[in-house]
Amino acid sequence: MAAIKLPVVITANDLLSGEAVYWHTSGIWSTDLTGSKVFESLEQAQASLQRVVSDAVVIGAYLAEVVEEGNRLVSRHYRERFRERGPSNYCHGKQESQRQKVAV
Amino acid sequence: MYAYTEFDRAFVRDRVLQYRDQVKRRLNGSLTEDEFKPLRLMNGVYLQLHAYMLRVAIPYGSLTPRQMRQLADVADRWDKGYGHFTTRQNVQFNWPRLIDTPDILEALADVDMHAIQTSGNTIRNVTTDQFAGAALDEVADPRPYAELIRQWSTDHPEFQFLPRKFKIAITGGSDDRAVIRAHDIGLQLIDVKGRIGFRVFVGGGLGRTPIIGQELHDALPAEDLLPYLEAVLSVYNLAGRRDNKYKARIKITVGEMGIDRFKERVDAAFERLRPAFTGQDLSVLGEIQADFEPPRFLEKSQDVYFSALDGDAHFRTWVERNVTPHKHPSYASVTISLKGHGKTPGDASAAQMRVMASLAERFGHEELRVSHEQNIVLPHVAQADLPEIYRQLAKHGLATANIGLVSDIIACPGMDYCALATARSIPIAQDIALRYERRESEIGDLKIKISGCINACGHHHVGHIGILGLDKAGVENYQVTVGGSAGNDAAIGQKMGRGFSFEELMPALDRLIDTYLAVRIDPSEAFVSAVERLGTIPFQEALYAIDKPA
Repeated sequence: MAAIKLPVVITANDLLSGEAVYWHTSGIWSTDLTGSKVFESLEQAQASLQRVVSDAVVIGAYLAEVVEEGNRLVSRHYRERFRERGPSNYCHGKQESQRQKVAV
Repeated sequence: MYAYTEFDRAFVRDRVLQYRDQVKRRLNGSLTEDEFKPLRLMNGVYLQLHAYMLRVAIPYGSLTPRQMRQLADVADRWDKGYGHFTTRQNVQFNWPRLIDTPDILEALADVDMHAIQTSGNTIRNVTTDQFAGAALDEVADPRPYAELIRQWSTDHPEFQFLPRKFKIAITGGSDDRAVIRAHDIGLQLIDVKGRIGFRVFVGGGLGRTPIIGQELHDALPAEDLLPYLEAVLSVYNLAGRRDNKYKARIKITVGEMGIDRFKERVDAAFERLRPAFTGQDLSVLGEIQADFEPPRFLEKSQDVYFSALDGDAHFRTWVERNVTPHKHPSYASVTISLKGHGKTPGDASAAQMRVMASLAERFGHEELRVSHEQNIVLPHVAQADLPEIYRQLAKHGLATANIGLVSDIIACPGMDYCALATARSIPIAQDIALRYERRESEIGDLKIKISGCINACGHHHVGHIGILGLDKAGVENYQVTVGGSAGNDAAIGQKMGRGFSFEELMPALDRLIDTYLAVRIDPSEAFVSAVERLGTIPFQEALYAIDKPA
């Protein structure tokens, strides 16, 4: 497996809905990438990941690479970008609530 | 159609009750995810990229209108108003909430449906010819045998923890419409000196190691079917590798052991197991066969049909592409395309499901089928009713006349939904369908199959043109194979070379298809026949023409 590129955030899926969620600086899980706690240290990220893995409200927590573009947080990999916005064939994912039109 | 017995109903209800309790314990924290995951998977509940996914079994692709309506109700009540029909002849819902899944399974149980063994290392849904019971070339109806295998394999205590998942397909005709040689076991019904028997193929499969199945038995008597299958499974269960998931399918076992040695072991196991089958299986088969009696065909005037053929070019084109001759001379089988141009292959809205259910009730002797090519079939309709069926389908966006053409694409959900995918499949399928919409009649028969990862759920290896989506250094990349086939001449397509980016792919396909049009002898020579005649080099050169220096 390729080495993880910093910075990273912690992401998982919500236990009830399965929706992609992110660990926020405020100490809660949110469906929005914006506001995620960004880790510049892999050791700190993994230590936090260990703590939240036992959190009963999410499943499959892992570290996801991000890029900070100005004030905006962007997922580095396209897989994460799809998780962040939803599928490209219907506006049924997060874009449904965000009312974004996804260009295919 | 097979009718559930009280035993079947009680079994399915019990599983729903068990599962409801498991979900309750997961939500109150009594079960960890590690403990719960195998339990939800045994009931068809996966976790995908955006949500849970529920895979519902449609045994050998056969549905009643009542069941189709219930799927529509599930889609409306608990999902996002549609279902996705798969290459395994199942249906998937992409957006259920975990807490709702017990209620969904209960609603399915109300119409004798379930999601048992749609996941896990078990014997999965047995698939078959979508024209079973109707096909002109049929030796015998494969559905009773598929149902017998379903009953034998469901909760079979020895085969719940196989080295890996196990897929069986049966075809009843001389034309293989079930891709039997790409399955762990493929069965072809044959006439053996006036009695029904099977050719048995073993060790086929797609995925990361595509292999065409080899013949294991050339004329297995039908009465030996279950003991022989049990012998094959028992050898695999012991000899299959459990040290490496990627080498655990039976195709690897057969490959490493060699077909002759594998057959020796199966024959020895069969000798040992055969006496245990004392006729109960045949008695059950007899009862099942009674449920699959052909419908009472009606004789109707065909004047309206012939008049529509003469007077309506759109109807005539639809009949040419989507209507298949039936063993009864005044009947036909209708393939309803779920491949509208620009739509998601295999998806049907709840409203469309209800339309198809209604047509099956009015004109189709209460039967619907799901094809492995992700379309829906009305297997038995009077030709006299075809014009009205066409009108109703057209009103609901279901009359696309494209079966077997470029836009009749098999595509897996890919990275738009699947947690295993490495690239998207659906937008590629949509782009291809729209791009060739006006040219596909000229191009003729051409099967394009797209997978979003090496697991090959989109059957790309056996596409005339196969497209495999991969992750190349963080960018979606698409490998092209040419010359695959899923029929009697089953073949694995040849990889052409480097992959293409999302943007490069369509121009590359243009070059490939334009080359075919330029080199074919005449329009009757299909793409795959031209590849067979000329080899892949002209097509490879066309694909990579852009790489050559001017």
